[in-house]
Amino acid sequence: MSRLRGLEELLGPVAAVALLALVSGLFVSSADQVKYLTAIVYVAIVAALYVFVGNSGVISFGQVSFVAVGAFSAGVMTIPIDTKPGVLPTLFSLLRDHSISSAWSLALAAGLGGVYAFAVGIPLMRLSGIAAGIATLAVLGITYNLLYNWNSIGPGATVESLIPVTTDYWQATVGAVAVICLAFAYQRSRFGRQLRAAREDPAAARAAGIDIHRQRLLAFTLSGALSGFAGGLYVHLLGSIGANQVYLDLTFLTLAMLVVGGISSLFGAVVGAITISLFNILLVNAQLGIHVFGWSITAPSGTSLVGIAIVMLVILLLRPAGITGGKEFSVPAWAHRARRRGARIS
Amino acid sequence: MIHIQNLIDAVGLGAVFALIAVGIGLVFGVLRLINFAYGQLIMLAAYALAFTDSWPDAASILLAVLVAVVASLLMERIAFRPLRTADPSTMLVATFALAYLLENAALVQYTYRQQGIVADSVGTLAQLNQAVTIGSLHIRWVSFVAIGAGIVSLAALALLLNRTSIGLQMRAASMDFGTARLLGVRADTVIMAAVAVSGVLAAVAAVVLSISSASVTSTTGLYETLFVLVGVVAGGIDRLASATLGGFAIGFAISLVGAELPSSGETPFTSNVYMPSVIYLAVIVALLLRPAGLFARGGRGVERV
Repeated sequence: MSRLRGLEELLGPVAAVALLALVSGLFVSSADQVKYLTAIVYVAIVAALYVFVGNSGVISFGQVSFVAVGAFSAGVMTIPIDTKPGVLPTLFSLLRDHSISSAWSLALAAGLGGVYAFAVGIPLMRLSGIAAGIATLAVLGITYNLLYNWNSIGPGATVESLIPVTTDYWQATVGAVAVICLAFAYQRSRFGRQLRAAREDPAAARAAGIDIHRQRLLAFTLSGALSGFAGGLYVHLLGSIGANQVYLDLTFLTLAMLVVGGISSLFGAVVGAITISLFNILLVNAQLGIHVFGWSITAPSGTSLVGIAIVMLVILLLRPAGITGGKEFSVPAWAHRARRRGARIS
Repeated sequence: MIHIQNLIDAVGLGAVFALIAVGIGLVFGVLRLINFAYGQLIMLAAYALAFTDSWPDAASILLAVLVAVVASLLMERIAFRPLRTADPSTMLVATFALAYLLENAALVQYTYRQQGIVADSVGTLAQLNQAVTIGSLHIRWVSFVAIGAGIVSLAALALLLNRTSIGLQMRAASMDFGTARLLGVRADTVIMAAVAVSGVLAAVAAVVLSISSASVTSTTGLYETLFVLVGVVAGGIDRLASATLGGFAIGFAISLVGAELPSSGETPFTSNVYMPSVIYLAVIVALLLRPAGLFARGGRGVERV
């Protein structure tokens, strides 16, 4: 029964992503599809963020650093070898003279994200509360500063284009579902449960023999690897990357998605990412001109960003614990009752 | 001599950052909330200065203070008060949303007026940006303005906190909100007082910042606030004095490191484009050594895991 219950919890997030992919893939014009693909990649990023923030209860502003490392490494290493020395002449020769396929670049992105998170996490995971939050913010600041200025490892201050666009519906959906499944498997493992115990009551958890530092480091590393992977998906969707795209705005957006959905459940992470993304698409389209009963409304540019901020505020005010209330998905009671009734009749 | 000049500039920036730090620290004291939208209060005040550039300076500054205080109180009423009992992460994200809202509202305003983003300059006050020459030192007036404004504001605040009833209530509330309420401190009043004072400080910071940059954009105050937030926590956010010192220290360090590092150099940490990395690295080290803050009193440390 408990295993079935577990699958039920996993069903919600996976079905939500699959539904989003299916509906937008079938019914949305091909020009608009990239917006929905972005939404699916955001699901992957937010689920990766959730692995650390949701399970540990420590707010991290640093996970986008790992998205950035993944996106930059996957981007730089897949630029075709015949054009690379021309567009990025200042790279280290190891990076300049070699290129890999997109599939391998995703593995590289996950690996580098994980290694970076592990290295950063060893000292930082000793901190708690606000000190931990600010230290991770400092990591984000350093990552951005290095990516923006150091021409030997990437494009520096310019936006790097010519990156192969390989993240299609198939890859984005499979990638996001893979991140969700790994996040779920972690959260149900004994490591995930130990960390969640430490989130609820650190003193009691320590008394029960839980090594909080080790558990946080594990979650931080896994979250870093998944973030790096999601960053790889992101860069192969955009086809170009600049340091500003993986800095403060993305950090605030993904944290807001997580909290709006419900910070302490995987379902909340997925629902939050999808909800905010859908509102965003709606508002961006409305800004371009919307036709309602013969009326045509056009909003000035930038209005969609104001709108999305208002949407976030309203949701938070109405549901301070998030849309899901931080609870995992469960089949509604009426469906259970209907099934039981069906069984009795047959 | 160039080093002395850099030192004076650094004290100037430190003074502005100390003001921002006090604004953030006051609100943190009573609400336990890090207000990421504080930079946007500074931006609003700076816009008020820019739009009233033709007015007499005193009237212009007065309006800026009014705008920042009203905006600050509105933030409290709309977002902080309903979420006071919610999870801290909810309130934090609400401040992101507010920051995002105000920043983009400023951008939309520009789209409407069909202007460049960097258009509004603070003309009359900008004259203070000129340098005065003392011996071989070239010091901009704004450094003196910053130091003066910092000293006057902090002194006024110290009087408010130590000599008035509402100041006493604020200090009590920031030590133990629950007990303070039991003893008759009104939660709404004390929070609104703290939020209003933080608005005044945002306006003062806006005056100094817009003198030295001479133009206002939708991101005015954003990066300053980010650095101050980091500095405040590194200094020790639990006490106003240590938070203020932290803010001062980070402003001082930014200015000095930026001026003393060579201006060219490709490898990380060898030129002043890497100044943020140097600062952030120092902050991480400081937090690891003293998680409760560099200037926090010993004894009552933050528990490490």
